[in-house]
Amino acid sequence: MEENRVLEMRGIEKSFPGVRALRGVDFSLNKGEIHALMGENGAGKSTLIKVLTGVYTKDAGSISMQGAEDIQIHSPQDAQNVGISTVYQEITLCPNLTVAENMFIGRGNGRITKWKKMNEDADKILRSLDIPAAATQQLASCSIAVQQMVAIARAVDMDCKVLILDEPTSSLDEQEVEKLFKLMRDLKSKGVGIIFVTHFLDQVYEVCDRITVLRDGTLVGEYAIADLPRVELVAKMLGKEMDDLSDIKGENAAYSGEDAGDLVFEANGLQSDAGIKPFNFYIKKGEVNGFTGLLGSGRSECVRAIFGADRVIGGEVKMHKKTVKISKPLDAMKNGIAYLPEDRKIDGIIGDLSVRDNIILALQVLTGFFKPFSRAKAQAFAEEYIKKLNIKTASADTPIASLSGGNQQKVILARWLLMHPEYLILDEPTRGIDVGTKVDIQKLVLELASQGMSVTFISSETDEMIRTCSRLVVMRDRKTVGELSGDDVNQNKIMETIAGGEAKS
Amino acid sequence: MKKIDLKKLLSNQLLIPFTAIIILCIVNIIYDCVNTDAAFFAIETKTNNSGFTVFSGPLITILDNGSELAILAIGMTLVTAASGGQDISVGATIAIAGSAMLRVLCGGNTRPETLAAPIIVGFLVACIVGMLCGAFNGLLVSVFRIQPMIATLILFTAGRSIAAWINNNELPIVPDPKFAYFGSFIPGIPIPTTVFIAAACIIVAALLLKFTNLGLYTQAVGINESSSRLNGINPTAIKFISFIILGLCVAVAALIKVSRLSTINYSVIAKDIEMDAILAVALGGNALSGGKFNMWASILGAYIIQFLTTTLYRFQVDSSALPAYKAVVVIILVVFSSPVVRDKLSSLSNKKKALKKGVA
Amino acid sequence: MKKRVVALLTAAVMAFSMAACNGGGAATTGGSTGGSTGGNTGGSDTSAPAASGELIKVGIINNDPNESGYRTANDKDLQNMFTAANGYEAKFAYSLKNDEQIQAAQGFITDEVDYLLLSAADTAGWDGVLKDAQAAGVKVILFDRTIDADPSLYEASIVSDMAKEGQTAVDWLAGQGLSEYNVIHIQGVMGSAAQRGRSGALDTKVAAESNWNIVTQQTAEWNAEKAQQIVQSVIDAKTPFNVIYAENDDMAKGAVAALDSAGISHGVGKDVIVMGFDCNKWALEELLNQNWNYDGQCNPFQASYIDNIIKTLESGGSVGEKTIIMDEKGFDATTITQEDVDNYGI
Repeated sequence: MEENRVLEMRGIEKSFPGVRALRGVDFSLNKGEIHALMGENGAGKSTLIKVLTGVYTKDAGSISMQGAEDIQIHSPQDAQNVGISTVYQEITLCPNLTVAENMFIGRGNGRITKWKKMNEDADKILRSLDIPAAATQQLASCSIAVQQMVAIARAVDMDCKVLILDEPTSSLDEQEVEKLFKLMRDLKSKGVGIIFVTHFLDQVYEVCDRITVLRDGTLVGEYAIADLPRVELVAKMLGKEMDDLSDIKGENAAYSGEDAGDLVFEANGLQSDAGIKPFNFYIKKGEVNGFTGLLGSGRSECVRAIFGADRVIGGEVKMHKKTVKISKPLDAMKNGIAYLPEDRKIDGIIGDLSVRDNIILALQVLTGFFKPFSRAKAQAFAEEYIKKLNIKTASADTPIASLSGGNQQKVILARWLLMHPEYLILDEPTRGIDVGTKVDIQKLVLELASQGMSVTFISSETDEMIRTCSRLVVMRDRKTVGELSGDDVNQNKIMETIAGGEAKS
Repeated sequence: MKKIDLKKLLSNQLLIPFTAIIILCIVNIIYDCVNTDAAFFAIETKTNNSGFTVFSGPLITILDNGSELAILAIGMTLVTAASGGQDISVGATIAIAGSAMLRVLCGGNTRPETLAAPIIVGFLVACIVGMLCGAFNGLLVSVFRIQPMIATLILFTAGRSIAAWINNNELPIVPDPKFAYFGSFIPGIPIPTTVFIAAACIIVAALLLKFTNLGLYTQAVGINESSSRLNGINPTAIKFISFIILGLCVAVAALIKVSRLSTINYSVIAKDIEMDAILAVALGGNALSGGKFNMWASILGAYIIQFLTTTLYRFQVDSSALPAYKAVVVIILVVFSSPVVRDKLSSLSNKKKALKKGVA
Repeated sequence: MKKRVVALLTAAVMAFSMAACNGGGAATTGGSTGGSTGGNTGGSDTSAPAASGELIKVGIINNDPNESGYRTANDKDLQNMFTAANGYEAKFAYSLKNDEQIQAAQGFITDEVDYLLLSAADTAGWDGVLKDAQAAGVKVILFDRTIDADPSLYEASIVSDMAKEGQTAVDWLAGQGLSEYNVIHIQGVMGSAAQRGRSGALDTKVAAESNWNIVTQQTAEWNAEKAQQIVQSVIDAKTPFNVIYAENDDMAKGAVAALDSAGISHGVGKDVIVMGFDCNKWALEELLNQNWNYDGQCNPFQASYIDNIIKTLESGGSVGEKTIIMDEKGFDATTITQEDVDNYGI
């Protein structure tokens, strides 16, 4: 083992019933290095991480750590003991305890019972890592980013040599991400090896030193960051040359039916109890528009109000120029509105139910309580959309929870498409899913629009919105502050409007 | 071919209940071999004291006495699936529904000469009372979002006193021998009436699951309430309905219980039956935290509990020790259905497969 | 959060009002419970209370009146006796659990009652609280059930002699002159005084006589359904039997239900002798109809005995014999009359 190596995995194999998830994968990590682990969903990243952290036991292969050849890791506890710590996308700490308690709980060195010492120790660590939190503060009162950092601080303090960050940035805003990166660089300089799993290409190029790419459970290669331009990275992940992402808008002609341009949905002074100011909004037949703004600006709250997901407390809503009452999701569905929610896990999937049941759910509810589909009909629906959206699943009977994130999202999309809505609302449909699926979804949106569906699209990634939307409603501080269309839909103009007239660039 | 079957079998929810039944059968057969005059599977005909021919034997006893529990298991499964919690008031609400039925049938008399109201009216009143109790529990759980066990603790505690109060603490006795048919035999029919009642309830449940979306909605709500709401399901209503259905099951169980003796004893009627009903759901391999469910497995679980009880009575096990035996069974089943053991089992079968492949 | 509070309050109010209506579960004062005959006259007649001019405060700890017909009759008897009209201010506490009863007793001592009337759930564990009572000057009278405590800790104990009840029943059974006794023995809650007394006599007899056999001996915990299942299991096992000795009427009824569905005849001159205890009215009627053979009385009417003792103590007298055993009978189906049913049925 090289001097500088802190972790070396060789020929890792892992199979699940019916799937070979990892085939002879090698992975190595140096001291003081940030190493990106990249791959599409289902490429084997999660499995590799889980093998390393003892959640899964490997079928074959060897793992060596600095100073210890061929170690066996059978449980997360084993992993921790050899110095491997993990921080997951979801915060796994206790929100009702203090920061210090969260850092030391379950570590059995008596510190948790000596309050004063514990708080002092915690403060010392927090200061050394420059984390803006106080030891005695309740964790829930910190922002998500700080909570994330506390989780990292906890991991680091446990004498960790290898720190795994599994999608830590997906629920953070830009400034928070910056803070996190600073912390990562600090740790790097202290000699910690960091494995960074993310879908954000920008972030990879901002902080990482090397990249390991996996595809279909096999190793594609390991590259120094300077040797691998973005386009090539994407190509390696997808295993093919990439479509030019910026050009998908032109592929589909705009909808050109007789009723093109007719108002499909219209809201006047709509307001919900989720704390947004009354807003006006409309969408035309075959149009793709979007809400944009910073995280927390009220984008999601607007579409939730449209769908009746939050309690509507004021305003008027029209479908095809006729006033309708939408006070709950079912009302919206009856009016042909579909809504793919922002948080797939909390609001989207029904985890233990099969892919089939998840696909038919919305249409089934719309059809009625006393008219269940026959098994054969449900199966036919499911198969149709599994094929249409290229959903990777063992069968329609597989529980949706065991699918990868991108495929789960496709199932939810299938659920709403099966309903054949007139108006489809997609709230962050591409979050946390792989590049290939992202492009698929964007293409699909444009294709649906060209067939006459109206789509409202929300994404944190502005270029995604620019590529798909012909009109953007800009939000700031929970109210609409502008509307952009045509050539105004560009990066600079959007920034300008979000910031309030003062151009950033 | 066989290998696939094995794997499917291992992952099947009905595996554990069926295994339990097979084991109980084997234990009984062994007992029969030792005691030559006993015959577990024998069903013979007897003439009962009303002069009619009826079937008799341990199997009939199990089917007969397991009926109430099987009926309750239907409702308890739905409540568990939808709310992720259990109703611990079913024993007490059986007392309430039964008491209300007696009050109507006896018209407030302790020893009436004739029925004060037709039996069907008494039963309908019991249904209404049962559903009201269910509605009370359901309201607390679905609208006020109180944990099911805590919400139902109220009726669990107060129920038997309420039952006693309904009849002024008297113990009325139903004079009409026809009323006793529900808990014993209808003249001329050799199979216990309870078997028909349970079968009817099971069929109704099956139809309900087949011809409505109750199953899908209940599971969806139990697994992910927020998501269900965004798909147009009303989780509050679904939870409420599950408690109402359990209330109906309670009323039917109350009819059987009261009919068995034509009277009621408020403090001991259906005592501890809530725990058995919950156990039935668990024996069926259903998660007590809600979500996916298998109704048939729960019903099977109910009969297994009765099977076990009857077996232990057969062996002359001290009846005060019955709960201890039940506990042992629970431990075994819970361990066997735990994910850890299941994983081990399936990996074992995988290894076997690999081994066979290697040999070939 | 707010919603939860409201819900809990609603629930609490409901539970409370239910309990109050019933007069069970929670402690209620004697004045507020119904069924006290002459309560109205007591209210208007100011000279009614005892000689001292004040009501005598009694705290009554009993088992749950829903437990059995016996208990219902017993509770009603007490409720009717200890009223304001009779010069008493009574508080009632009900529980089937010893620790809850002890707690209630401590509550009554704190409330400074004059007399503590006690029907204990278990025989053991009462020394401490009774010493407290003695120290506080509270006089204790036991009724229905005795306890394992020094007799100096209580004034009197009005009890049924369960062993004698059992003996009477077993003697009666022996007098039937069967060539062989194959007995299904269905016991009450194990460890209760009634179970111990009624089981004891039978156990002794079975041990002593070679032609007396126990077919099965199981506790049905006073529960008719369990008794039914126990007897059913014996029938299914085809073990011959000719006597059912059930330690209360409910269990006898359950046993008979099993006999009926199996076509086994029972009663006077039939295949199986059915014996019960407690003399519920409906049970005595079964005797009258010769469906059952024997029912042993367990006299629930202790209130008048207690009243006498309190009157004696208040007027400065003393109780001669501490343990007062009430008269109890055993009824035979061949000799019982309608009059007996009316007088002794509860």
